[in-house]
Amino acid sequence: MSALMHEPATGMEPVTRSGRRGGFFWTLLKDRKTAAVGLGIIVFFVLLSVIAPYISPYSATAQSCAVFAPPSVHHWLGCDDGGVDMLSELMQGGRISLVVGFAATLVAMIIGGGVGIVSGYFGGWVDITLMRITDYLLVIPDLVFAMVIADIWGPSLFHVIMVIAILEWTGTARVIRAQVMSVKERVYIKRTRALGASHARIIARHVLPQMGPLLIANTVLTVAIAIYLETALAFLNLEDPTVTTWGTILEHAFERTAVSSGAWWAIVPDGICIALVCVGCFWLGQAIEDALNPRLKIAHLSLTRWKIRTLAGRGTDAI
Amino acid sequence: MSSLLEVRDLHVWFEPPHAAPVHAVQGVSFELEAGERFGLVGESGCGKTTTILALMGLLPPNASLAGEVRLDGTSILAGGEDSVRPHRWKDIAMVFQGAMNALNPVKKVGWQIAEPMAFHGVAEGKAALKRAGELLELVGIPARSAQRYPHEFSGGMRQRASIAMALACAPKILLADEPTTALDVMVQAQILELLTRLSGELGLAVILVTHDLPVVAQMCSRAAVMYAGEIAETGPMDALYHAPAHPYTRLLFAATPDLYGADAVASIPGSPPRLDRDITGCPFRPRCDVPIERCARDHPALLQVETAHLAACLRAGKRGGLRAEPGADEAVRLGQ
Amino acid sequence: MTETRVSKTPLLEVADLVTRYPVRRGLMQATARAPRRWVHAVDGVSFSLDRGEMMALVGESGCGKTSTVQTILGMVRPAGGSVRLNGTDIAGLRDRQLRPVRRTVQMIYQDPYESLDPRFRVRQTVEEPMLVHGIGSSRKHREQLIVTALEQAGLRPAEVYLDRYPHELSGGQRQRVAIATALVLGPQLLLADEPVSMLDVSVRAGVLSLLDNLRTTADMGILMITHDLSTAAHFADKIAVMYLGRIVEQGTASEVVRDPQHPYTKALLSVVPKRDPRDRSVPQILTGETPDPVDVPSGCRFHPRCPVAVDRCRAEDPVLRVAPGKERTPGHPARPVHLAACHLA
Repeated sequence: MSALMHEPATGMEPVTRSGRRGGFFWTLLKDRKTAAVGLGIIVFFVLLSVIAPYISPYSATAQSCAVFAPPSVHHWLGCDDGGVDMLSELMQGGRISLVVGFAATLVAMIIGGGVGIVSGYFGGWVDITLMRITDYLLVIPDLVFAMVIADIWGPSLFHVIMVIAILEWTGTARVIRAQVMSVKERVYIKRTRALGASHARIIARHVLPQMGPLLIANTVLTVAIAIYLETALAFLNLEDPTVTTWGTILEHAFERTAVSSGAWWAIVPDGICIALVCVGCFWLGQAIEDALNPRLKIAHLSLTRWKIRTLAGRGTDAI
Repeated sequence: MSSLLEVRDLHVWFEPPHAAPVHAVQGVSFELEAGERFGLVGESGCGKTTTILALMGLLPPNASLAGEVRLDGTSILAGGEDSVRPHRWKDIAMVFQGAMNALNPVKKVGWQIAEPMAFHGVAEGKAALKRAGELLELVGIPARSAQRYPHEFSGGMRQRASIAMALACAPKILLADEPTTALDVMVQAQILELLTRLSGELGLAVILVTHDLPVVAQMCSRAAVMYAGEIAETGPMDALYHAPAHPYTRLLFAATPDLYGADAVASIPGSPPRLDRDITGCPFRPRCDVPIERCARDHPALLQVETAHLAACLRAGKRGGLRAEPGADEAVRLGQ
Repeated sequence: MTETRVSKTPLLEVADLVTRYPVRRGLMQATARAPRRWVHAVDGVSFSLDRGEMMALVGESGCGKTSTVQTILGMVRPAGGSVRLNGTDIAGLRDRQLRPVRRTVQMIYQDPYESLDPRFRVRQTVEEPMLVHGIGSSRKHREQLIVTALEQAGLRPAEVYLDRYPHELSGGQRQRVAIATALVLGPQLLLADEPVSMLDVSVRAGVLSLLDNLRTTADMGILMITHDLSTAAHFADKIAVMYLGRIVEQGTASEVVRDPQHPYTKALLSVVPKRDPRDRSVPQILTGETPDPVDVPSGCRFHPRCPVAVDRCRAEDPVLRVAPGKERTPGHPARPVHLAACHLA
């Protein structure tokens, strides 16, 4: 036999590249401060929500101080229109808001991911039909749609989750579809088809794993939008007013003249919480998306110049 | 007796994030005369593309460079980007790898050729477009095609258009990076014939960078074979084929099938060394079929085999004798 | 070069194969009900291949060699003609019926950097065909088969490669993994689309030798697409030269290369760069490029670029037939005939 390849194991050490998932995220957090900060914010609020029942200073529903009492040593963020401690209310509200956000996003991701994959992979009539449905939903103004649906279904947390999911899955579907269409053309997919593998197998084992990071990025961004939408729906009185969420807190505050009373503590901290979570999600989601986009890497011709080194002597040993 | 282009001891390092620096080009030296066709041959990762990108100063921000490049006696890299920019495209131009896919799809071809002319004060406006048409004729495309967009051109025509673009400011040196790799064999022949003709008619020096040995054998008079960031052997094409002094050159030719040749074709076992680590001894030793004991310790420099024929091998040298000091730079007098 | 076995049924027999693709119509044309135009990528191709033979399909872009191979593989349905595998016509079969065929015919792709799933370890990639076709009774058994396939493909010791990811392998190694993945099903026919064109020169010969060995030791038939005539001349038993969807010349490798009959073949051979710088043979460079397969020239497809075309070539389409002087000599063992489609051959 002529010189068959004998590759010594030593010649082929792994190149440090992000071949595995864990490596990818770790590098991401190291490289981009915004990603780390965003993740930190999200983790903080999630943890806070989890331990809220144990560390709430007061009840989140029963009165514990005067109406619109200003912040004090006992009540760090004051009290709202019903004399309920603001801090406790915020923590309790956070639980529900985050649950609504995550739940709605989960449903949106499942529907959107499914539609995107089926549409992108099979193409043809399936794609055309699904995309027309997607376009319909994309075109309808979000809040108008939400108002109509909430009116028909009635205000309840479950319905809010469903409404948000219906509004959000289209974005995910489009993004996933585009990615699937490009992955589908790759040679290893064609090769696996030529092996005789079924479509189900190819989607499950080759296409879906490729979607992982993109789905995660999209999910994180969708969470931000979901939480924001929940606030909006609550504010528009489309949600069950008896439930405490960040949105209903705001809604109550406006309804019951917090503004004219000058009780900023009933509004601003709530707004800051919402804004922080949204910003955290955006930072993390954007960072993941950027990291996935190869074209954003530094190109050859950029404004920063390459460097000159002066050699102390000559030859390769003189550096 | 200075040459048109003198490259002395060129080094390029890349510093990728989260990884060790890569020493991509390790002390490359060669010369180029006016009107000469010179081949730079090697496989992927040997540093040939990085070398010519360095000549144009087209390196990414994480690159650093050392050594000297003299164009007509003037050092062009010493001052970094600022010293190389006036020469870029005016004295040295390049046809990039896959250039036919790098044309701007939303601009007419004529406009793209004319674009660099204004910057270098060659021509402007209507005069530039007229010159663009002339350049297209020169590369074998009717001048009126200047009004077309790249997608209306075939692959071969786009490659010719890229060459016309490189000639926009009448450079003295043309760097061609794998100009025919993605093209059909007949179109490849057309492009090579074009480059040869241009070199003759315009007195244009061409550095042809490729992995394809027969292409270099056909078109170039002299060549350098690169391995692991260094020049392994350089000399006239005839000597490289008929009397190679470096085992890599010999094995590379042996790995290339010939149309009518009956010799067996053989792979070179193993793979090139990593350039992010220091290499002790000769970088080719693990794959060499005739190593001697010293090869493991001493790193060979380019040694003279014959006039104008040099090889970085401890076994090379005049009349086959072993050379004494591999690090002795004074033993090397390039070119002449 | 191997003698042709006198076998009753060739492994692969392609007869008058036609594969076409519709030309996309713009909205205006579709509404005006303009007749649909077709690109005949493969326009009447016939050849046969036996076990233990390697055939090279040579030609420039647009000649139809890739479409031919895709049709044989069953990824594209032909518009006419037949593809017989061990006598059975697989041309019109549906997906489900093609499944057993997939074990007999496998393909190696051009791009080693793209043909492996970057998330799969080598072990998983090579195991996949077995899972799809239900080969291997247990995990251990499958692992044995994986190791055998990897070693057959030249990756030794196989254990070292099992848990590697593609990005940890060189181009040549990846291509060998792809070959191992094909071998694990025990195919009889291997289709190879430019198997080495994206590999380094120093690595090509190894992979090609591997294919050559498979031809002899595993008695496989290999159909290789290549644009590199030197590779074809060196490794293949038979060469078929394609132009615009047709075979214009066909015969044993040495015959086609040393005594070409068709002007296109002659021109192609003359422009192949030679290794020896002293070889100053004048290349016969044709003008222009291969025309678009949508607009096939009348008469002989090659006549607009042919250096020796005569009036008859413009009018009459030549048939692929035995070149004059190349008929079989009685008393000689049967060997593949040398065919050419030219009026002047």
